[in-house]
Amino acid sequence: MSEETRRQERTPVLPLVVIGFLASAVGIALGLAIEWFPTAASTQAGPIDDLYDLMIILSVPVFVVVTIIVLFSAWRFRMRPGEEQLDGPPIHGNTKLEVIWTAIPALVLVVLCIYTYVVLTDIEEAQANEMRINVTGQQFAWSYEYPQAGGKPVRSTTLYVPKDRPVRFYVKALDVLHDFWVPAFRMKVDAVPGITTRYRVTPTRLGTYPVVCAELCGLGHSVMRSTAKVVTPDDFEAWIAKQKAPAGGAATDGDGGGGGGDEAKPPEIDAKTLFTDGNGTATACGACHTLADAGTSSQTGPDLDKVLKGKDAGFIKTSITDPEAEITSGFQGGIMPKNYAETLSPEELDALVTYLGEVAAK
Amino acid sequence: MVAKFRTPGLLRAGLYTAYAVALSYAIIWIFRTWYSLDPVLKGEPVLELSLFLSPLGFLIGLGSFSYWFRWASGKPTIPEDHSGHGAHSWRDYFKVNTDHKVIGIQYVVTSFVFFFIGGLFAMLMRAELAQPGRQFVDSSTFNGLFSVHASLLIFLFIIPVFAGLANYVLPLMIGAPDMAFPRLNALSFWMLPLGGIMMLMSFLAPGGSFASGWTAYAPLAVTAPEGQVFFTIGVQFAGASSIATALNFLVTIITMRAPGMSFFRMPLLVWANFSTSLLVVIATPFIAVSQFMVFFDRALGFNFFEPTGGGDVLMYQHIFWFYSHPAVYIMMLPGFGIVSEILAVKSRKPIFGYRMMAFSLLAIVVLGFTVWAHHMFVSGMHDWIRVPMMVTTAIIAVPTGIKIFSWLATLWRGVLHIDTPMLFALGFITMFTLGGISGVMLAIIPVTIHVSDTYFIVAHIHYVLFGGSLFTIFAGVYYWFPKMTGRMYDERLGKVHFWSTFVFFNLTFAPMHVIGIQGMPRRVADYAEQWATWNLMITIASFFLGLSALLFAYNMVASWRGGPKAESNPWRALTLEWQVTSPPPIFNFDAIPTVVGGPYEYGVPGAVHAVLKDAEVPTPVGAAAHGASAGATATKDEEH
Repeated sequence: MSEETRRQERTPVLPLVVIGFLASAVGIALGLAIEWFPTAASTQAGPIDDLYDLMIILSVPVFVVVTIIVLFSAWRFRMRPGEEQLDGPPIHGNTKLEVIWTAIPALVLVVLCIYTYVVLTDIEEAQANEMRINVTGQQFAWSYEYPQAGGKPVRSTTLYVPKDRPVRFYVKALDVLHDFWVPAFRMKVDAVPGITTRYRVTPTRLGTYPVVCAELCGLGHSVMRSTAKVVTPDDFEAWIAKQKAPAGGAATDGDGGGGGGDEAKPPEIDAKTLFTDGNGTATACGACHTLADAGTSSQTGPDLDKVLKGKDAGFIKTSITDPEAEITSGFQGGIMPKNYAETLSPEELDALVTYLGEVAAK
Repeated sequence: MVAKFRTPGLLRAGLYTAYAVALSYAIIWIFRTWYSLDPVLKGEPVLELSLFLSPLGFLIGLGSFSYWFRWASGKPTIPEDHSGHGAHSWRDYFKVNTDHKVIGIQYVVTSFVFFFIGGLFAMLMRAELAQPGRQFVDSSTFNGLFSVHASLLIFLFIIPVFAGLANYVLPLMIGAPDMAFPRLNALSFWMLPLGGIMMLMSFLAPGGSFASGWTAYAPLAVTAPEGQVFFTIGVQFAGASSIATALNFLVTIITMRAPGMSFFRMPLLVWANFSTSLLVVIATPFIAVSQFMVFFDRALGFNFFEPTGGGDVLMYQHIFWFYSHPAVYIMMLPGFGIVSEILAVKSRKPIFGYRMMAFSLLAIVVLGFTVWAHHMFVSGMHDWIRVPMMVTTAIIAVPTGIKIFSWLATLWRGVLHIDTPMLFALGFITMFTLGGISGVMLAIIPVTIHVSDTYFIVAHIHYVLFGGSLFTIFAGVYYWFPKMTGRMYDERLGKVHFWSTFVFFNLTFAPMHVIGIQGMPRRVADYAEQWATWNLMITIASFFLGLSALLFAYNMVASWRGGPKAESNPWRALTLEWQVTSPPPIFNFDAIPTVVGGPYEYGVPGAVHAVLKDAEVPTPVGAAAHGASAGATATKDEEH
């Protein structure tokens, strides 16, 4: 093609526009078809997911326009043999075009921001009858506290929330930054040492969902997980009542105040359940350790089937209460919580040591 | 042998480094004895002081400060005989050299060494992430790998490699014989590898390398094992290098333009580096401050970030991001400049909307300082800050959009030479658009509340920094390779490199958007079973991506050693660096050229950008003769 024929040829803009529309339509359909989000389990999830869909609808055409122009230019305007010395037309600019592609994106973005502001206000709006839950992050565990009118708060390491009741989390950190996130609820906030951060959700769907720490908090960051259970209001009340009951099996306090009650009714501690589920305050051993007898298989900590072979009760007890005392080679200190002496009652600790001793002896 | 230890060079640098360590011991011993502290010698303070002093010892030993020391002490300075200019063998690249072209190559090669090390760490991470659970590395090593990976690629690769490319071509482009402050330029370069080596050495520290991410958030960084200070102090040297270079660029651009080179006749690469340098000079001191504060908290028990001592944890993030958001543009604007050069030359058309291209760079500089808190939407800062930051973040997409549309308009009706640099430039436009789009999504607060600290963020930054910055770096290295080495690279291999990079880049990073929104947090060594398939796929793709980088390395090394000789202007470009031989003569121009027109007047009949006094230069035959006489004419060159 000579310079002359290049000039005379008309650029087929109309077909390009048609292709652009088709590609955008396909792209948007594809973008909306992908299941991006995890299960939605709060009133906040709906507006956030919709906003994301809106972003897909706005974004795909932008990408399509850019890509089509690049591909079309590469095909149509490529240098052909014989054009080695040819230059393009000396077009320096076009004020009208430049104004258009400054003004239109600016306008779209401002409208998008206004709409976002509406959504943000909506999802963060205060609700009537909010329940307060205090969330505490520490390396590397979450704990939850349900203040009770005129009584001791109920504490738990599993997050129980009643369905359809607005909840406000008050989030604190004991050591470094953490981030309290239940993907199914969509909302998250950092747990910041020194201040209390907050957010609201209203759970809408019964089920069990993961709780994740989203802010790098040290060696055990990737295992700092917990569970959120959305239950019916009745179940929730029952759970709270059970937790409040003085001999409720699970330790509700760490100050030993319930000791008298425990002696009166010897607790039947199922050490295997304690191992796999924890006691509501202490993180479950099985979350990090493999133990065939209990059916756990996590590899975060040493494999107890191997390292406990031939160990006595004293060693096991020390390893639980003072994890740094001896570190299995190939592992490192600082990951296992050091507070089991407080979070487990003496009876629970003994039961656990006995159980592990029996398993180790097998 | 003794003489070797007394003359400036690597041997003396090693000796002085040892002196500095000994001095650190002595100082700590004196102070701890004075304050009756027990034990008198403690490892941590000695290490921390050594990390500050030994690089200085190294630089003094190397001779970076020799001229200034003589001048300051009143000794006669050694008259500049320009013997330090040019490189005659590979050994000259290991000396303090004041030639901007030598320094440019030192920068680029050093940065690419760190690029491959950082990339290798990424491969190790992906190997660990191929399956859920723990396979190769423990969580301390894993956290160290991603922290060092990001730190090296940001502070030791992207930022300095742009400085290196600009160091080489920018003085040529504006018709200057060198940078404004050649000795400072040499010092800037030599601080850089020291910062990088320090970060790598952190793996030897007790407790492992720094593992709190490249963001090094307090209080984790304050309480982390000793490896953390290798980052805290290493960043000071990389940062000081960056600031000094930026000052050098600013003064060079403002004062050393050839006659007739008005601001609006400058190539856009020069505009881009002008804007970047403004950002660096204003922003980089903030990261220096943030790391000094962490250091004081650690070493001296200050309580900047300790709430129980009256400190404020969020303050760290504000100071850090006040640098690190502009840093995103520090890592992007020079790439915009490179792409503008390549697109105009390879489309054989003037850049579309030149003035808007320049103004949009300045708009990004100004707006870039107003968006930092969008990194902190879930940090627990005051709620009201979020909405203004969302608006500014959305608005900064407008000048970026102007650039993308102008590049597209530059392509339109051009005569496109689609070779390797052009492929990377075109790939950049599409991939950076994706990174920009996910950037706008991240401005939208409710979406960010869900996706912050997930793999969506990892995907976004890699679309911006890999699909964006790295593509422009590859484009620029291929484009100026003939100028810098005097050789042509292997075009076929270059194209294979582009296509393999483009495909495996997308296969690696696109799925991360999905797993991120699904809820996989970033910076984790282990993840839930549901993401196993995606992660395995990502890992496999990333290994191929790593292999494609080796193609590049092979092409560069082989072509530099044995590629065909390059003409002075293989791309028929108008900008000044192409009007001299490849590689350029020692002092760039026999006489300072006169600029008479714009830099991109392709297709304008009879247009001239600049007039070189030696009229024979544009013809290849004359150029060769010119190159041969460069050494002889060098001494005639005016003093500078």
